[in-house]
Amino acid sequence: MLKLHDVTKEFRVGAFGGRRVAAVKGVTFEVVPGEVVSLIGESGSGKSTIGRMILGLNPVTSGSITFDGLPVKPGKEYYRRVQGIFQDPFSSFNPVFKADRVFAMIKETYHASVPAPQWAERVEAALRDVRLNPGQVLGKYPHQLSGGQLQRLLIARALLLDIKLLVADEITSMLDASTRIDVLNLLAELKARGLSVLYITHDLSLGNYLAERTVVLRKGGVVEMGPTGSVFGDPLHPYTRELLSAVPRLHEPWDDAVPVETCLYHRKGGSGGLYEATPGHFVACARLETC
Amino acid sequence: MSLQVSELKVYYRTLKGDVRALDGMTFGLRDGEILGLVGESGCGKSTLGKSLIRMDGRMRHVGGTVVLDGRELPIGDDRAMNEVRFREVSLIPQYAMSALNPTRKLRRMITELLRSRGATPDLEELERRMSQVGLPREVLDRYPIELSGGMKQRMVMVISTLLDPSLLIADEVTSALDVSTQKAVARALLGFRESGYVKSMIFVTHDLALTHHIADTIMVMYAGKLAEKAPADVIVKAPRHPYTKLLLDSLPEVGVRYADRRLEGIAGSPPSLLNPPTGCRFRDRCPIAGEQCAEEPPVAELAPDHHVACWKA
Repeated sequence: MLKLHDVTKEFRVGAFGGRRVAAVKGVTFEVVPGEVVSLIGESGSGKSTIGRMILGLNPVTSGSITFDGLPVKPGKEYYRRVQGIFQDPFSSFNPVFKADRVFAMIKETYHASVPAPQWAERVEAALRDVRLNPGQVLGKYPHQLSGGQLQRLLIARALLLDIKLLVADEITSMLDASTRIDVLNLLAELKARGLSVLYITHDLSLGNYLAERTVVLRKGGVVEMGPTGSVFGDPLHPYTRELLSAVPRLHEPWDDAVPVETCLYHRKGGSGGLYEATPGHFVACARLETC
Repeated sequence: MSLQVSELKVYYRTLKGDVRALDGMTFGLRDGEILGLVGESGCGKSTLGKSLIRMDGRMRHVGGTVVLDGRELPIGDDRAMNEVRFREVSLIPQYAMSALNPTRKLRRMITELLRSRGATPDLEELERRMSQVGLPREVLDRYPIELSGGMKQRMVMVISTLLDPSLLIADEVTSALDVSTQKAVARALLGFRESGYVKSMIFVTHDLALTHHIADTIMVMYAGKLAEKAPADVIVKAPRHPYTKLLLDSLPEVGVRYADRRLEGIAGSPPSLLNPPTGCRFRDRCPIAGEQCAEEPPVAELAPDHHVACWKA
């Protein structure tokens, strides 16, 4: 459904844009219908840039992003099927608009022909789908709602369109532990109904909880990708191991990552510099910068 | 006892009335102890941290005392606290990114800061402490903007502890950092205690797993009150308060998958502290609440060092 092929993004920096910084380097992956893919990386890994390019908010420098075979074209038709939700729910809303107005805008732009009573029913159904009580949230200003409620409102808003893909960029980072898991469970339920989710996060445990496939990014390039179980259960790249060892866990001591002396996959080839270790599980050369 | 807080009440003044952010907190902190303070947003954990060092204009000290090393802190009096701040009690703020003066190179900023406190800058000691957290000495000749987030955070940590405070409050210091930086920062904090730069520490966070790794004792707060306080291992392995249990159950961990085990959040949301409900404040969300819970549960010491405020525990 969504395909990224050798996508690169360079930003111009410096006084007159003379210097170029590559934020994303040759990223290739795919999201199929009804699948949750988590995109994991630390600050500066390019994970959000990838999300923004898929949403058409930034153009790609080279390579291609296609959705159902067509290149990304920002516009009404594209946003009817692909929507994004971002980290800070408090800045995603216009503070002087009540929550209803958010839905009214969707109606005006996308469903102008739907009669009002029928639309009200649809809004209520969408709100119930995200387990919000319509009476409690409609007619309220954003500051009167909690972070978890606002994020769910945004998901409900996306559901009113015929979306196929949701780009969720760190949507639970600002939520409490108890609310966070509710939003994650909600995404999992929507997935069961055929929605694809690109879940961008720096929190490995959240990505692990939800996703079928995991893509680990470092400095703009893919270092490892594959089924979540094998990426987390049997991490091959030293960077993935290092990340996993840094995650604080409740019942285990913090262990130190074992440094890998020699590169296991040096020049073993494969497409895009990635080597297929087991079926579907790709790993990059550990010394990609030098070799 | 290094720190003894008794019946501390701090309210926020608003047009609608008082928001009872801290409503009778009592706890102690031993010398060399690291206390992890956890709870949901709005439970009063940051208010507690702030009350011990500087109250902002909306906060009002309503009652209770704070005694540090045998001396009562004048927490309600902003001026009188000046003498204590930075020397006895120090803070690592949540947003280290914006805590440094952007117009000064770090060396000059630190020198000015220390002079303002009447201390002589000891650059050798400063460099030694910087190398302990993995910062090269060249950093001193840079502007804050030239440092990464993790470096700024570590720099702020070094600066806040330069005068060897007795109590250090670390307010959500790792929440904006990546996992690997988070680990380095947490380890640096432990190193500070070992080297004796700080005696005891209050580590405010919402991340229970991280707290478990660095704290000796964990205190769980709910709606301005203490819910449970016990040694870190006890909180994680044998919690008694239903809120602590639910909080632990909602934590996703590496290895837990939606397909295998569904985690559950805590239904409902914390009560408004403008007019907090009577009785146990967790009652409405508690799965085991009974009639007795209409009365406020006292904080009871169920086992040595294990304090719980619940009738059913």
